[in-house]
Formats: sequence, C-alpha cells, structure tokens
Amino acid sequence: MNPLAFSRDRLLIAGLAIVLLAALVAPNWMRFLLQVSMSAGLVALGVMLQMRLGLVSFGQGLYYCIGGYTAAMLAVFTGINDIVVLAVAGTAVAGAVAFIAGFLMRRYRGIFFAMLSLALSMILYGILVKARALGSTDGFNIHHLSLLGFSLQGEVKQLATYSLTIVCVLASVLASRRYLSSSVGTVAEAIRENELRVEYLGSSAQVLVHYTYVLAALISGLGGVLFALAIGHVDPLMVYWSTSGQFVFVALLSGTVSVVAPLIGMLLLETVRMYAMAISPNTWQIILGTVMLAVIIFIPKGLFSVIMPQNRGGKS
Amino acid sequence: MLVATAVVLDALTYAGWLFLAAVGLTLIYGVMRILNMAHGGFYAFGAYTAAWGVGALATAGVPAAASFLVLFAAAILVGVVCGLMVERGFLRFMYGRDEVLMVLVTYALFLIMEDLAKLIWGTDPYFAFQPYLYFGTVEVNGLPYQVYDLLFIGLALVVGAALWWGINRTRIGMLMQVVIENREVAMAMGINVARIFTVTFVIGTMLGALGGALTAPKISVNPGIGVEVIVLSFAVVVIGGLGSMAGSIVGALIVGFVRALSVHFFPEFEVFVVYLVMAAILSVRPHGLFAQKEGRKI
Repeated sequence: MNPLAFSRDRLLIAGLAIVLLAALVAPNWMRFLLQVSMSAGLVALGVMLQMRLGLVSFGQGLYYCIGGYTAAMLAVFTGINDIVVLAVAGTAVAGAVAFIAGFLMRRYRGIFFAMLSLALSMILYGILVKARALGSTDGFNIHHLSLLGFSLQGEVKQLATYSLTIVCVLASVLASRRYLSSSVGTVAEAIRENELRVEYLGSSAQVLVHYTYVLAALISGLGGVLFALAIGHVDPLMVYWSTSGQFVFVALLSGTVSVVAPLIGMLLLETVRMYAMAISPNTWQIILGTVMLAVIIFIPKGLFSVIMPQNRGGKS
Repeated sequence: MLVATAVVLDALTYAGWLFLAAVGLTLIYGVMRILNMAHGGFYAFGAYTAAWGVGALATAGVPAAASFLVLFAAAILVGVVCGLMVERGFLRFMYGRDEVLMVLVTYALFLIMEDLAKLIWGTDPYFAFQPYLYFGTVEVNGLPYQVYDLLFIGLALVVGAALWWGINRTRIGMLMQVVIENREVAMAMGINVARIFTVTFVIGTMLGALGGALTAPKISVNPGIGVEVIVLSFAVVVIGGLGSMAGSIVGALIVGFVRALSVHFFPEFEVFVVYLVMAAILSVRPHGLFAQKEGRKI
C-alpha cells in the first residue's frame, strides 16, 4: 500500500473531529454510544497498526485492560481521580508493560505472535479472576471522578469524560497517521512482505516491530482508560480472548487503508450490536462470523479499500 | 500421602482430558497447517449432541451403560457431519492461504458455530450425569475417586495409541506423513492431497467432538463451553510444539501437573499458571518443545 494514500486521511480526520464535536449537543445515548465505541475503537486501531506488519494480535485486550484497571485502581484505592491524570497514568503503564513484553514479542511472527499475545493476555485474565480485592470476575466500579480539583457529577461528568475522549481520540489518530507516514511506518509495511530483505537494506525488523508494538499498546491502553471512565466500571472480560477477537474483527473489517477506519468500524459494530442484541440476541455471533468470512473472501483488504481505492501506481 | 495421591490423580485425569481435547487440534495443524479455532465449536457440538442423546436415552428408560456408548456415537456423528461441512464447504477454497488468515477464517466459523449451538439446543443447560454416576467411585490409596474421571487416563492412552498406529502403520497415515513432509512433492507423486486433508479434518473434528462428548457427563452443558477449551487446547499444543503428537502428550502432562499442584497448594493461581507456563516455554523455545524451527523466507 502506498503511504501517500494516508494524505486522504486528512479529510476523514477532519470529518471525525466535526462529528465528535457535534455530538456534544447530541442526545445522551448517542453521545454515550460514540464515547464507548471511540474508546474501544482505539484498541482496534492498535490491532490495525500491527496488522500492517502482518502481525495479528489476539491479545490486544491485555493493554485495553491494563489501561482500564490502572485508571480504576488509582481512582478507587488512592483517591487520585483527576481524569487527565488517570488517562496519562493508564497509558503510561500500558506502554511500560509493552516495552518490556516487546523484547519477547518482537522475536515472533505469524501464528506464534498471535498465540503468544493470546497467552500474555490470558495470564492477566487468570490473575484478575482470582483477585478478590479487585472483585474477581465481577470487577469493580469507579464512583468519583474529578477534573482540575472539581468533582464531576452526573451530566457534567459525562460531558467531561466525553471531551477527554475527543481530545485523546484525535491525538491518537494524528499520532498514528504521523507514524505511518514516517519512514519507520513505511518500512513496517515491507516487513509484512519480506522481512529478510528489510534487514538486507539495513533496518532492524525486530526494532521496528518493537516500536509498533509499544505504540499500539499506548493507544490501546488509552482506549482502556477512556472505556473505564465512560462506563465507570472495569472487569476481567476486558482481557478475555474473545474481547481481543472482536478487536481483530474490527481491524480486519476496516483494513489497513486508513487510521480512521477502525474507529468507524467499531462505531458500526457497536451500533449493529445494539440493535441485533435487542432483536435477536442468539444470532449476533452468526452475523459477526458471516460478515468476517465475507470480508476475508471477497474484500481481503477490508471494507474501506472499497470506499477509498488506493493509489496502485506506487506498488510494484 | 493423601494429598500426593490426589495431586497425581488430578494431574493425570486432567492431562488425559486435555490430551483428548487438544490432540485433534495438533493433528489438523500438523497435516494441514491450519490452526483451527473452530475446534472449540466442535467440542461444544460434541458435548451438546452427547448430552442430548444421553438425556433422550434416560427418559426412554434405557440403562445407563448404553448411554456411555452414546458419547462415542455423538463424537463420530459430529465429526462426520460438521467436519465434512466445514472442510468441504469452506476450508477447501482457502488452502494455500496465509496461516494467520486461516486463524481468522476458523475464528469466524467458531463464532457461527457458537450461535448455531444456541439455536439448535437453546440456551438452557443440559445435564447428562447418568454415565458419570454409573461407574461409581473406587478407593485409590485410601482416596475415594470417581471411576469416570480415571477413565480419562485410559481413554487418552487408547486414543493416543490408536493415533500412533493409524499414522505409522496404515496406508492413509503414511500418506499423511508424506503430505506433512512436503505437500507439493506429494501432489506431484500423484497423492490425492485433497482427500488426505478431508480425512484428516474429519478425524480431527471427531477427536474434538469426542473431547466434548466425554466431558458432557461431568459438567452442565451450556453456551460458552467451547470458548475456554480453545485457549486451553492452544496452550497444550503450543507447549509441546504445534503439529507434534508427542508434544501434545507432554504438553498435556505439564499443564495437568502444573494445574493440579496449583489447585492443591495455591488455588488463586489456578487459571493463570497454565498460560504462564505457555508463555515461559514459548519465550525459551519459540516453536514449542518438540517442533523444529522452520527456515525463513527469502
């Protein structure tokens, strides 16, 4: 894929900003839906970044969960409940864990990367379901949040966390786009095609994988914090492998053409889920599975490759 | 002493169960290079079919001994029907595609099967305790133990031996080995690789369904039982080395003992210790204990 295609993302990002800002005056439920899907969408964006290297993370829920739990634990156990501080802390912890785990992960490719990321996330799941102080399988609630010393309540709380979500989502999208159009991001694409040649050309594939892994974790961790703040609750399901599978689903559906695609994909998923669950809860996964198969078979580059045809000229 | 007996018995029965649940996965990967996420779906279908069959027999007043046979019948039925449908209906169009892509394809199939199970059997739990109670308990070294649980050790041995015999001593098994060695050369030699794949997949499916069917009497069969089995089976086969039969035995034993020890001494570590071992082994031997490393593509 030609990195130039990302220049078209400017329009999409501007569109996203407008929609997100417009939602400030939208009905509550609509804003909440946007808030939740943008938070989770960030994790899908993290999966997509790694997918560009040909790596499928079946355990991105790990960083989603680390972000969410870090924020929730700080707010509940230490009384530090400033939402900006929580966002920074959750992201930082996710990044730190990813930096360490990255030394291990960067040595793996293909299904081994997928399996190991799954194993790492299941370790955390195993710890959390047995941690009674953290509510075991039920998780726990975050009651009090503040911003700059002001306690947040009711409507104001939702508006404040939503505004924070807007800022963080736009920042993440811009950072990802910046990364993908940088020379590092461009070489990343080559790793998927042929890693050995990348190394012949003088770049270390492992270091590039490590970079991307940490960046994806930072974004996913941030997504986890925002999700926890949005619903005021965290539980171990955030790190269960089926949750991670859903992020893979969205990233696959969106393809690797645009950094905004995973966010829109997650919004679509959540919207469809809202209605599907109400109409026929027992066929929801059939819909997911069928759509996934259809995308894999008919549009392997993702739905967005149809909407945003890419510049073929740059590809050999 | 009693604790030691309990740990060893728990470990062995659990290892037997793990082997039965996971061996189909490693067989399919070994021959077809497909990491089959739908395995959990086959497991669930096996469990549901068995539970439904046992329940139907019990209400008809058939003695419990017969219901034991139903478990095997269920596995064969599910193996043939589901295995053929999935392999002929979907997978055969995708051979030769990227391994990671196949994970996603089978994941999609798994999601579909999860809901199909709900549509066919409903969301209420099924109970099939008759075969479990039928065998009663036996005292081992002073510790009363369910005979049915002990059966898992024997069944795992039988299935393991049958597979070994099938792969090393029968014509189709030897053809499988040829296909494992080099798919393209096998094709050039006139071996019908597509048929080998179909047979392998059906057998693998049967094994997955057998794992589920034999577990059904021990648990309440309800939606979601397949989800957990996938990751556990993955852990087992990845520890031993994907595609290695000996590896899956060793993997099952390691996980069995680690889990039994933690259940008895550190119950709060029960869930995560399995994945910790998996991650630890993967970080030292990336391709598991028994598989060879593959060459890099140039």
